[in-house]
Amino acid sequence: MSMVDGPTPLHTAKGDQAAENREAVGTPPGSSAAAVRRGWFGGLGEKWQALPRQKQWAFLIIVVILAYLLPIINPPLISTEPGNDFALACQTMAVWALVAVGLNIVIGYAGLLDLGYIAFFAVGSYVTAMLTSSDSTFLKIPYLWTIPVAMAVTMFFGVLLGVPTLRLRGDYLAIVTLGFGEIVRILATIIPAMKGQVGFQNVGHPPGTDASGVPIFANSNGTPWYWLTLTILIIVLLLAGNLERSRVGRNWIAIREDEDAAETMGVPTFKYKVWAFAIGAGVGGLSGALMSGQVGFVNNQKFDVVTSVLFVAAVVLGGAGNKVGAILGGALVAYIPLRFTAIADYKYLIFGLALVLIMIYRAHGLLAARQQLLAYGRNAYAAVRAGADAKAAKTKAEPGTEAAS
Amino acid sequence: MIPTLLTLLPAASADDSSWITFDIPSLMQNFWSATFDGLTFGSIYALVALGYTLVYGVLNLINFAHSEVFIMGCYGVFFTLSFLGFGPSAPNLSVGSIIVNLLLALVVAICASALTAFLLERLAYKPLRKRNAPRLVFLITAIGASFTIQYTIFLVRGPNPEPALTMFKSRPIFEVFGTFIYDQQLIIVIAAVIMMVITERFISKSRTGRGIRAVAQDPDTATLMGVNKEKIIITTFVIGGILAGAAALFYVMKIPSGVQYNGGFILGIKAFAAAVLGGIGNVRGALLGGLLLGLIGNYGQILLGNSQWTDVVAFVVLVLVLLLRPEGILGTSLGRSKA
Repeated sequence: MSMVDGPTPLHTAKGDQAAENREAVGTPPGSSAAAVRRGWFGGLGEKWQALPRQKQWAFLIIVVILAYLLPIINPPLISTEPGNDFALACQTMAVWALVAVGLNIVIGYAGLLDLGYIAFFAVGSYVTAMLTSSDSTFLKIPYLWTIPVAMAVTMFFGVLLGVPTLRLRGDYLAIVTLGFGEIVRILATIIPAMKGQVGFQNVGHPPGTDASGVPIFANSNGTPWYWLTLTILIIVLLLAGNLERSRVGRNWIAIREDEDAAETMGVPTFKYKVWAFAIGAGVGGLSGALMSGQVGFVNNQKFDVVTSVLFVAAVVLGGAGNKVGAILGGALVAYIPLRFTAIADYKYLIFGLALVLIMIYRAHGLLAARQQLLAYGRNAYAAVRAGADAKAAKTKAEPGTEAAS
Repeated sequence: MIPTLLTLLPAASADDSSWITFDIPSLMQNFWSATFDGLTFGSIYALVALGYTLVYGVLNLINFAHSEVFIMGCYGVFFTLSFLGFGPSAPNLSVGSIIVNLLLALVVAICASALTAFLLERLAYKPLRKRNAPRLVFLITAIGASFTIQYTIFLVRGPNPEPALTMFKSRPIFEVFGTFIYDQQLIIVIAAVIMMVITERFISKSRTGRGIRAVAQDPDTATLMGVNKEKIIITTFVIGGILAGAAALFYVMKIPSGVQYNGGFILGIKAFAAAVLGGIGNVRGALLGGLLLGLIGNYGQILLGNSQWTDVVAFVVLVLVLLLRPEGILGTSLGRSKA
């Protein structure tokens, strides 16, 4: 269940209905109502939940190893068409997956629509380029150091943009971010120091050369870049997963489901919205830094605001609020134009149309996992309640237990 | 590492690569022509902003696809005029036949825009309203619809702007503060203001207008009171489309080479900024916001020395308004505007 099914705060009657549905989906497997709303692959999530923990881990390790081996195996059917190097395609897919995971924090967890995510990607790219490229007049620092700097700068921009808009209703954020996405590109064009179309050549890369003296992280050498990005993606996933299960994540979900109710229950909504927005921006900057390092060249041409809409499409395709869905959505949106070059020109039309159709017919994406968090919270609550009830039954004389639970 | 970086920043950026330069003498010199041009652009923004404001007032939705409603009107103007034989240089026609041709283009543009708005509402938003989807779903659909229309045009007409068409040779009429005012500027401003006054009257006086205000105030109660909500919503979209069609004619008149598949995009953001500046949901606010934004954008562009700065200035204005006075200058909602 994704946030797009959440109740609107205004229409309470329908809202209650939606809440009931959510309740139904959140109940453990076995209750027949669990099948109320499901994606095409919705059954998978339940099977996955039913597996014992060890099997889940074993399966995950296999998937991760296969993911690392992907550019080496280069499976014939999956491989991209000639002209698109498969290892580089893998790197692109990994970067897009990272973008989608970052944007998923903003859209999926906190329910804020960020239409200018490309801007954060661009800021990250430019920070990296300006701090490593031989064309810039700034101080030079090693490439790997620029990654935290890029994240810090993008998070700063995220806060700068989030503070005026997040106090207001969510719609304003959408239009402000949409404007910001375009503005960053325009600024890169018209500010002399950002070099417009000339751009920055020779963006840095991580150190190391192979036996013949060629840098390991050369621009055309996709595999090491892919491994680097994949490793970072896994780290970000683990961190995002932890956030999702923490108090922060629960607050985000509460805000997403019903902001007024969350505020009433004492969630500092503004603070958590800014956090979600800034963390998402930081991940965007991180992916921008990785992309610019691999491409080795940054100018104003790559940061079209339309790409932001593709990012949103990636998150929505996978099912907003769903980490696995975000990875698959991001990889898919990057992969399809590279694999089927015949339709590459139509990609904007295809994904734009897909956005509308998914919203109308299948609002929780193609891969609708159960809303883990809601289920998690409810189970925890049930367990606490059960424990408390048992205690209360045992020691009726003690009045403090009820309140403590 | 970061502190050292920051201390080095000013020193590093001081050489040939500059960030922003201000050209105050140029602004002083061109102040009045920038003012008149700004008012012209401002009236176009205001007409488009009305479409955003009305839909926002009634549905609480930022209709991202309104910029495409507008650009469809531009294509309507373009096709009509090229069909009528207009070209890059102004044709030698009598005043009467120019007016007839322009009226024809206006009608086609209005039809194209209104039809787009109508289809958009029926095909994209109505199914969502039926199942009472949350706001985020509406927003994503809106941006998806905008994208779909944009790239359908892209596929049909290609990436380049359409060839420029000049409707008539703009002539200076009279002189104010040492600057000529052109008939084109005058026509655009006057026509836009007239259209906005008519809209304002329509919303505040007519029966349908009262319905629009009722739905904006409280859709459920309005329905209980016998207002046909669906009809009101579709009417609102169509009114927005009609105004966007009119704006399209003026836009092509002002910027003949501006007809392009993504030409509405930035203008849409600016128009929305204008609506927020004046107070979103407020019809008079849209006019005030549009004119102000046109002026600010034009001054900023001349001060900073590049025409693309007007977009940046508009955006900064939007963020500042949201920060300082999110309800806008006039600030009342559509529902509360006086009858």
